[in-house]
Amino acid sequence: MKKASVLMIIGPLLLLGLYFFPLWNIMLGAPQYPDPLGMNIHITGIKGVSEFDLQNIDGLNHYIGMKVIPKPEEMWEFTVFPYVIGGMVLLGVIIGLLGYMNKVSYKWFLGWFVLMSILGVLGMYDFNAWLLDYGSNLDPHAIIKVVNPDGTPMTYKPPLLGYQKMLNFDVTSLPHVGAYMMFVGMMLTVVAFFVGKKEAGKIKNT
Amino acid sequence: MRKIKYSILSLLGLVMVFTSCNDSGKKSRGALASNNAEKVYVAPGEQDEFYAFMSGGYSGNLTVYGLPSGRMFKEIPVFSQFATNGYGYSEETKPMLNTSFGFVPWDDSHHPDISQTNGELDGRWIFINGNNTPRIARIDLKTFETAEIIEVPNSAGNHSSSFITENTEYVVAGTRFSVPVPQRDMPINEYKGNFKGALSFISVDPEDGEMDIKFQILMPGFNYDLSHPGRGKSHGWFFFTTYNTEEANSLLEVNASQNDKDFIAAINWKKIEEYVNNGGGTKIPANYAHNIYSDEDHTAVSTMKKEVLTVDPTKVPGAVYFLPTPKSPHGCDVDPTGSYIIGNGKLSADLTVHSFDKMLAAIEGKKFDGEAYGIPILKFEDVLAGTVKSGGLGPLHTEFDGEGNAYTTFFISSEVVMWKLGTWEVVDRKPTYYSVGHLMIPGGNSRKPFGKYVVAMNKITKDRYLPTGPELEHSAQLYDISGDKMELIYDFPTHGEPHYAAGIPAELIAPKSQKIYKLAENKHPRATLGVNDARVERDGNEVHVYMAMIRSHFTPDNIEGIKVGDKVYFHITNHEQDFDVPHGFAMIGANNSELLIMPGQTKTLVWEPKQVGVWPFYCTDFCSALHQEMQGYVRVSPTNSNVDLTWSLGE
Repeated sequence: MKKASVLMIIGPLLLLGLYFFPLWNIMLGAPQYPDPLGMNIHITGIKGVSEFDLQNIDGLNHYIGMKVIPKPEEMWEFTVFPYVIGGMVLLGVIIGLLGYMNKVSYKWFLGWFVLMSILGVLGMYDFNAWLLDYGSNLDPHAIIKVVNPDGTPMTYKPPLLGYQKMLNFDVTSLPHVGAYMMFVGMMLTVVAFFVGKKEAGKIKNT
Repeated sequence: MRKIKYSILSLLGLVMVFTSCNDSGKKSRGALASNNAEKVYVAPGEQDEFYAFMSGGYSGNLTVYGLPSGRMFKEIPVFSQFATNGYGYSEETKPMLNTSFGFVPWDDSHHPDISQTNGELDGRWIFINGNNTPRIARIDLKTFETAEIIEVPNSAGNHSSSFITENTEYVVAGTRFSVPVPQRDMPINEYKGNFKGALSFISVDPEDGEMDIKFQILMPGFNYDLSHPGRGKSHGWFFFTTYNTEEANSLLEVNASQNDKDFIAAINWKKIEEYVNNGGGTKIPANYAHNIYSDEDHTAVSTMKKEVLTVDPTKVPGAVYFLPTPKSPHGCDVDPTGSYIIGNGKLSADLTVHSFDKMLAAIEGKKFDGEAYGIPILKFEDVLAGTVKSGGLGPLHTEFDGEGNAYTTFFISSEVVMWKLGTWEVVDRKPTYYSVGHLMIPGGNSRKPFGKYVVAMNKITKDRYLPTGPELEHSAQLYDISGDKMELIYDFPTHGEPHYAAGIPAELIAPKSQKIYKLAENKHPRATLGVNDARVERDGNEVHVYMAMIRSHFTPDNIEGIKVGDKVYFHITNHEQDFDVPHGFAMIGANNSELLIMPGQTKTLVWEPKQVGVWPFYCTDFCSALHQEMQGYVRVSPTNSNVDLTWSLGE
């Protein structure tokens, strides 16, 4: 189980990338913004891609009545997420170490992956809920009110993933380095599970 | 005459069409024309290869163009008030135009020169001279704003300026008109032997570019017309053309054109620098302004300096020589290797080229041909490297392509002549439209010219563009010099009267061009950094309005309690931190200009209300979809009223 356990230790450690790199990135380009404005979503808060991007996004959004981009202390997520990720890294490494010492079976590896996946889906759900609120909970006194063809007020929820045209802006929302590292890390734990299973099978057969 | 030429040409064309294959003849002509179009065509969204900084002449400013497109990007206010953005009108920038004569709102800007390191353009600053009230300005090429202006005392007609030495040790300013030094009441006709020509060496701080007059050489009372630094082997020398060595004080067009030869003055400035560093020279009382603008507090400060160090050239042996040069030379140009000094004798047909090596040998051998006011005159034959028998008339100015070719403008015969350094043979000549003054090759006044284009700056425009009444802009012509011969590829109008230009590859400047001023770094003492600091304060009859602006409102935008007779200072800070979002400010009836305030910047406008009423102000730069809503009101009450001073936004 040594090979599998090493993979199981490396995998969760890759999640540490989330402390250094953004999880997600949303870019807003427009004819008058050939250098697009952008926000990087870290597990600890939202930062501008360039120094004054957040201020400039807020400045533009006030016309359509959107709230300003929240500060880290204004969303519980940015306090809780670092602990959740830290906890999962610790748990994964412990499982890996125990596996290395043959104290736990490879099935625990998959167990960590499943737990992490559930947390990930919950995180995405929460993120999407925030995007929805951010894009649709508009100031009734907004300077510019745009309605859809059916008469309902237009909302400005950025896409969770992919591209969308919103008024004059081209909005692109994609995972960033932190998310890719997390994805690779999680996949490594799945590989660890199968390698562990194979190694366990070999032991049984001999 | 031209009509006849054209008809002959078209006749020839006709003959060609008949004698050659119809199709191919047409094709080649079309291909040639479109080839030239492609050379200057910078497609929408693309950028030019070079910046060209053109002096504004009587506009007093500096204009920024792109090459090869000829598109104008900006007019940088330097020596003239500029109502477009409030330069020279705002309280912060008025001190920039302060002089020993008081506030001088205009000048005649002449010869821009870009800072150099090791003889190559470094793109940090560009210097330009004010000719009328002698001044030198330094423009910061990060912000494209005038950062500093220093007045030059004892000078008049600051024309052989503002050329820099190859490590930007000095920016040099020579006087065209000699004057009494110090100035005094004396008969004009006692000029001869009494007036002096001051050549000023202004040191440039290598870190921040700050200028300081290190010394002035008080030369004989000739007219010092143009100058250029030695470079490479001749680094340490500076060369000035002179005319009116006759020292005439009236009807110069006749009286100053009598001598067959005037001089090029060769100055060993390193020797004089050493002399003054060892305590040489005489400090004399003077009065001149030194004006510095700071990007940190967005404010200029003017200081009067009271002393200047002068040097009598005869007291420094071996420092100054005269090189006889025919016929009132104008341009004084030094080739990229520093070997040749070209005198453009403007009343002759030929160009005189002096050899730096021969000059040194002649000095070594003491081959003098007399002296003028104690300054040795070298023998013409001993320093002459060659003569360019141009066939043109009225040579003014020469630049170099770095491949051994020189290009000279001929004002009278209205052409640019290309010739070879060393053999002095004429390679090509092309007409200009019309009466070319100066020309520019990017880097053509440095050790490393970039070649590729010649820009000819013409004095007469006539029929080149649609007519605009008696007053026309001048015209520039762009020649492609990448081939063996010059090819005229484009025409474009220029603003004011460019007397010279400096070109530089865009990549040396564009990446450093600043986009905004950071609000957090704004040190203006009257800045309104947060909207909560916006306020109005009264101090006697002075009222200070601390105002902020952001898309798309002013804080405050309603002000009451102002009275007729007050002096109202609007100190306005632009809170934007987004590239290219300036806001303007204009007040009805202000005997003043508008303000154009860049993101993060603070500017101040003074308004003296004269009439009771409620008076609007507004943003003048279309800033957003709600720009038209960006306005406010000031209530002006009678002088003796007791309306409280109040201010508000959104109440």
